Amino acid sequence: MDALHALIVLANFVIVPAIAYGSQLALGALGITLIVGVLRFSNFAHGETMAFGTMVVILVTWWFQSIGLSIHPLPTALIALPFGILGCIAIVLLTDKFVYKFYRKTKSSPVVLVMASLGVTFIMNGVIRFVIGPGDQRFADGQRFIMKAREFKEMTGLKEGLAIKVTQSITLVTAIIIVAALFWFLNRTRTGKSMRAFSDNEDLALLSGINPERVVTITWIIVAILATVAGTLYGLDKTFKPFTYFQLLLPMFAAAVVGGLGNPVGAIVGGFVIAFSEILITYAYKKVFTYLLPSDFAPNTLIQLLSTDYKFAVSFAILVLVLLFRPTGLFKGQST
Amino acid sequence: MNYRNISLFAVVFVFLIIVGFYQSWNVAFGLLNLCLLSAIMSLGVNIQWGYAGLFSIGTVGFVALGGVAAVLTSMPPVEEAWRTGGAGVLTALIAAIITIVIAIQLWKRLASGTVRNVLMIIVLISGFFIFRGLLDPATAIIEKINPAGTGYLGGLGLPVIFSWLVGGLFAAGAAWVIGKVSLGLRSDYLAIATLGIAEIIIAVIKNEDWLTRGVKNVTGIPRPTAYEVDLQKNEAFINNVNWLGMEVVEASSLYVKFSYGILFVIVLAIILWLSEKALNSPWGRMMRAIRDNEDAASAMGKDVTKRHLQVFILGSAVCGIAGAMMTSLDGMLTPQSYQPLRFTFLIWVMVIVGGSGNNWGAVLGGFLLWFFWIEVEPIGHWLLSILTSGLPNDLPFKEHLLESAAHMRLITMGAILLLTLRFAPRGLIPEK
Repeated sequence: MDALHALIVLANFVIVPAIAYGSQLALGALGITLIVGVLRFSNFAHGETMAFGTMVVILVTWWFQSIGLSIHPLPTALIALPFGILGCIAIVLLTDKFVYKFYRKTKSSPVVLVMASLGVTFIMNGVIRFVIGPGDQRFADGQRFIMKAREFKEMTGLKEGLAIKVTQSITLVTAIIIVAALFWFLNRTRTGKSMRAFSDNEDLALLSGINPERVVTITWIIVAILATVAGTLYGLDKTFKPFTYFQLLLPMFAAAVVGGLGNPVGAIVGGFVIAFSEILITYAYKKVFTYLLPSDFAPNTLIQLLSTDYKFAVSFAILVLVLLFRPTGLFKGQST
Repeated sequence: MNYRNISLFAVVFVFLIIVGFYQSWNVAFGLLNLCLLSAIMSLGVNIQWGYAGLFSIGTVGFVALGGVAAVLTSMPPVEEAWRTGGAGVLTALIAAIITIVIAIQLWKRLASGTVRNVLMIIVLISGFFIFRGLLDPATAIIEKINPAGTGYLGGLGLPVIFSWLVGGLFAAGAAWVIGKVSLGLRSDYLAIATLGIAEIIIAVIKNEDWLTRGVKNVTGIPRPTAYEVDLQKNEAFINNVNWLGMEVVEASSLYVKFSYGILFVIVLAIILWLSEKALNSPWGRMMRAIRDNEDAASAMGKDVTKRHLQVFILGSAVCGIAGAMMTSLDGMLTPQSYQPLRFTFLIWVMVIVGGSGNNWGAVLGGFLLWFFWIEVEPIGHWLLSILTSGLPNDLPFKEHLLESAAHMRLITMGAILLLTLRFAPRGLIPEK
């Protein structure tokens, strides 16, 4: 019985949040990895791209809320999502046209593109702060819980509760739909196949008549969709703050590198590896051990490996371990 | 140095003089001191990017480490904290070092395989628990001692000038670890790794109260110069000021800023001289050869990874020195002020705009961009108020625009970076 209680505590505070966070990271890392695969540079503006898409979603959500449009019990942000995606597609295509295209045409080294992406980060960050401000924005509405801790206790008669938030389940469902659609597109459609061919070997792809500009445009559109969805889900689940999105860059890159840069399956696995390690290592296990150990040995400290302020250290440590021992990632990615 | 470059520097000084006349000389000297510090930081980044083409975006972390060095060397030690918790902290740190040494030795001496992996994991995990077991009680004691005033170990009580060197050493140490891991792999791995280490360094400074007082800030770091209060009581100083016909309070603060300025100019001159010497030596030519064509250089027998490590450490050390100098100028360590946009990306823009690969260019970029960074906000505010002057005053949209003028900085800096990269990638003072 105590073991069951310990398991429920663990599920409530570790497994459920980590699955939601992992899905968000996986969507973000997929965007990064696709850009590395097709455009061949690390896009440091990806956090800002997510924040921009989310910002549009938030603005449209507020507008919908003000005219009384809602899809209760689901959050209004879900119907605002397509508008955010369109806004995000517009902005990434504009940046590609005015910034990245030139360096692609002149065949500049990847590092110049990375630096240009820093400039884009700056401008996007400024625009986002200009429009919506640097502070926290809450835009989640609708029902908050699918199952409250109290309901779970009443239902099962156990002492511990298991709460599942609406946003957590929306995250998981949306992520599954998006990822399934993406893999169907990459593996089954002609355009998706040409994208993969371009990513594998640019020269061969050009020789077989694939239009590089079309591949690049489609990649940006997919990246914008992934980024907006990831950003909106993260914002619904937690809160929207421009600087937090910038900070998400590290775990997302870690996820992409762990899975192998350029490898979509790897990015998803990497996202969950990072999310679970982050939460497992920063969770305080006191309650779990109180159930598991005989009462004489009950712990009197928090039993927390690292304080939550060091969650970046976890993704960083994993990143370093992968770089040291397996630079191509768990699944074969690009390493040079 | 030709006439063009000299006139570019002259323009910056004219700007500063205009500020001196129209705002105040105190503001102008304050600006000048930070311009000097920015110039040193951009020299550091220029060593990494301009000489060797290394893309490191962790400058803010190395600058922050310099700040920590200023606290740890110059603050007076907290006797009680050392007596009660010092031994615990020291044994914990020794335990951590021993763990890492054992793990590295296992890695080197055993054949690769499951046995080695399992042994290493056991050593690292048990080492972590021993470290935490020793450290946590000690830090708890230290943080309980007078938390409002000290609550940390304090420093060594040495002269603060000394900390500038220590700051460089701290940054060099961190750079060695990062460089060992990420150099020799694809170029953007260094960027990701430095981004990460910077976040972690700042997280440590914010959260380890026993070391740096965390968000409670360390104030009253000793100065290498005189104090205004003492000057205002000093007979000779007052007489001199009266003779010049200035106000005593204003003159004292000018005097302090001026003495900092002289110290900073000396450090900048030394670093600039060394950088010029290095860049024009065989070593500098080898670095540029590696930057321009790694394959050719390594075919000529140059150890590319080792040279990269060397230049990465040197550049980071310069940033660390500047960080320590900045903390001693402020007289306090405020962890929240270490923003990556301000300390990493702004410095990058300085180097790119000034002219990467050219030391004088980096210095010019430091001066020019710092000036703009400070002045863009008033200019943006002024521009927006002109643009919106036709709108009614109670319009929320207008208020929002005026309030957001501060964010114009980021947009301007990003635009400057992109425009320079696109149209003048060699910068204002190009590499020779």
